[in-house]
Amino acid sequence: MSEESTFTLDGRKVPFRDGQTIMAAALAAGVYIPHLCFNPEFPPHGSCRVCLVKVNGRMQASCTAPAMAGQVVQSETEEIREIRRGILQMLFVEGNHVCPACEKSGACQLQAVAYYVGMLAPHYTHFYPRRPVDASHPDALLDFNRCILCELCVRASRDVDGKNVFAVQGRGIKAHLVVNTPSGKLGATDFSLSDKAAQVCPTGTILSKHSGYEIPIGQRLYDRKPINVVGDVAALAVSKGGRRHD
Amino acid sequence: MMESSALIQTIRDIVQRHNKMPTRLLQILREVQDSLTWLSAEAINAVAGELGISPDKVRSVATFYSFLYTEPHGSYDILFSDNITDRMLGNRELLHYLSERLGVEINSTRKDGLVSVGTTSCTGMCDQGPAALVNGYALTRLTKPRLDRIVGLVNAKTPLEQWPREFFEVVSHIHRADILLGRHFADGAALRAVLKRGPDAIVEEMVKSGLRGQGGAGFKSAAKWISCRNAPGEVKYVVCNADEGEPGTFKDRVLMQDFADLVFEGMTVCGRVIGARQGFVYLRGEYRYMVDALKATLQSRREAGLLGEAILGDPGFSFDIDIHLGAGAYVCGEESALIESLEGKHGVPRIRPPFPTTHGYLNQPTVVNNVETFASAAKIAVQGGDWFASRGTAESKGTKLLSLSGDCERPGIYEYPFGVTVRQVLEDCGAKNPQGIQMAGPAGHMISEKLFDRRICFEDLATGGSFMVFDHSRDILDGIRNFAHFFVHESCGFCTPCRVGTSLMRDLVDKVHTGHGTRADLEEMRKLGQIMRVGSHCGLGQTAPNPVLDSLDQFPESYERRLRSTAFEPAFDMNAALEQARWLTGRTDPDAYLDEEILQGAMP
Repeated sequence: MSEESTFTLDGRKVPFRDGQTIMAAALAAGVYIPHLCFNPEFPPHGSCRVCLVKVNGRMQASCTAPAMAGQVVQSETEEIREIRRGILQMLFVEGNHVCPACEKSGACQLQAVAYYVGMLAPHYTHFYPRRPVDASHPDALLDFNRCILCELCVRASRDVDGKNVFAVQGRGIKAHLVVNTPSGKLGATDFSLSDKAAQVCPTGTILSKHSGYEIPIGQRLYDRKPINVVGDVAALAVSKGGRRHD
Repeated sequence: MMESSALIQTIRDIVQRHNKMPTRLLQILREVQDSLTWLSAEAINAVAGELGISPDKVRSVATFYSFLYTEPHGSYDILFSDNITDRMLGNRELLHYLSERLGVEINSTRKDGLVSVGTTSCTGMCDQGPAALVNGYALTRLTKPRLDRIVGLVNAKTPLEQWPREFFEVVSHIHRADILLGRHFADGAALRAVLKRGPDAIVEEMVKSGLRGQGGAGFKSAAKWISCRNAPGEVKYVVCNADEGEPGTFKDRVLMQDFADLVFEGMTVCGRVIGARQGFVYLRGEYRYMVDALKATLQSRREAGLLGEAILGDPGFSFDIDIHLGAGAYVCGEESALIESLEGKHGVPRIRPPFPTTHGYLNQPTVVNNVETFASAAKIAVQGGDWFASRGTAESKGTKLLSLSGDCERPGIYEYPFGVTVRQVLEDCGAKNPQGIQMAGPAGHMISEKLFDRRICFEDLATGGSFMVFDHSRDILDGIRNFAHFFVHESCGFCTPCRVGTSLMRDLVDKVHTGHGTRADLEEMRKLGQIMRVGSHCGLGQTAPNPVLDSLDQFPESYERRLRSTAFEPAFDMNAALEQARWLTGRTDPDAYLDEEILQGAMP
């Protein structure tokens, strides 16, 4: 490995290939940078901003920032943790996240990242938006209250499943996830639980019907170990408490 | 509503006129709405069908732009410009007056479907407000008598073409002219210069001129041109950013209205330098009133051999310009969002790098410059870089157009060499007793009296041209609140810090403004502002907290005099929340209720 192809991340040398982002290089080197809209199987999106790092003194999203030789990158500093915590708190008050009652509690990436950055309360005033659930599909339930607009289901359905079931519409705080049918109902689509789109949600927006709360509290994915050790729920097999179909 | 078959025929004709090009989607939707007054699901599906794209793509555009409606809307759509400068001129009173006279609630449509009344972000008529738009056409200098006549015209269903012309008169108040506005320019002079001396020499002059992006960002224009010129790619584009959305700015309106030839010529020179054959003017929707005149100017340039095929008889020099109209989205002033919009999509800023000079319109190398930048480039091509650089300061060459509005005797356009002090500008425009300036719009900076000796240039106070004056009779917090609401409306919603942060900031400002804020809220604003500033995806979110953060430092008294003395005040009102429960349990003591009437028996 030549001297030119590394950068430092919190003092540690991280090698990278040409064209890799800071996030991709860190991931390959086994260094965790918290993230929500990023999933290594998809091109970076850069919308949640949880993966902010300081690159040569300037804050950038590590999932979109190209890695460059000699960069000095900071990730786990109190300043950055505080900003990440603030962003998580924003996501929690924007939607309606009732963790104690949520089927995905304990196996939710949003919740796990919130714990990782030290968030213990939502802090900001809740928006309490009205977002009706969609139970029209025989096998899946859509609870829009938990959507954080990462667009992973949009991307997965369009680019992997070839079904284009989901989209984001509207502007600003009115932006929201929709189902691409005239009725707007999931039941009118050919969506299936085996779709990639059903496996990538970092929250509990897309749930399977007919089963739930099977794993007791205490034994769920992130109950014993934090997300930086366990990994993303979308990357882990169902048999291991994740969402991924093997 | 139109018959289904007629609707489809109307849409088919419109889509045909745009050669079934999906890049024309926004233009198509504007025209469909002009015919149908709003975009129904049926209309959206028909547009998608005719273009051969999925309906959700059309819907995502239709729900993004604030001038497109996916709910039933009036045949007459009246939107009051709601910038703080319109408010200073009394627009709120006029808005309520009109809504009462027309019998329509604000932000809604009258039952007969004839008319809708609402508000919109600054329409760029700050020097001749209060202003509004009717079906997208600018109305200026509104007064109650004028509104009375408008009520009559609407109720009589008089077509807009028959409304009095003076209602739509837009005047260019040029109060100070320098090298850009003051000197005569012979059409074609810059094109002759580029043909005679060659593109290399023009690049040379651009470098010497030191010209920087006049939209306010200040990137060296020559560097952009050179980067695009050297970028690999057969097809390249020139884009003129005339999406002048920063509240308080209207200098590009004046340039497009009175100096369009100069702007088009600058674009054409750029086309020759970078090797582009196609240019676009992205004109903000609020300026649709000038589209016909601009198209006529383009046509006369074609006829004069200054545009189109074989410019000035040179078969190797072809360049044409097309006009794209926006539809009410401030974020499209950001160059990559503008390009997305130009491609017919919703205007969400792209991930950068790559930058437009290598991956712009349709992923081809593209130069995006501001209107004023192109106008300056045309002059530089003729007069030379040294001539331009002889004015201004070390880092900011040439001149800057300022749009003056607010509390001053002579609002309008002022052209100054870079380096002029704020104080000088205030004297020239007749600002009596100013307490502060919102410089460069809400995204810029709030300047208090003690900073009036600072200079307008990239080294000190950079600006795209907005300059709003607040005198001592004004409450600064009224302006801050107006700006906080503006950013909520204009956030594109893509990234978390801006989408959620703008709403949180608005709520905090409102809380203080209504007398419920405490010191803890001010601290909260600073923290929130910092997250937005460093965490947002694009310049919109990064600058959205500026008015609050600046005014907390510059005008702390505007906040402090409204604060509660307690250290903390919850965001909800406990007594209001308990009112109904107290009523149900039959409490009768006066402390139980906020409203006297409830004590008399009315249910809260």
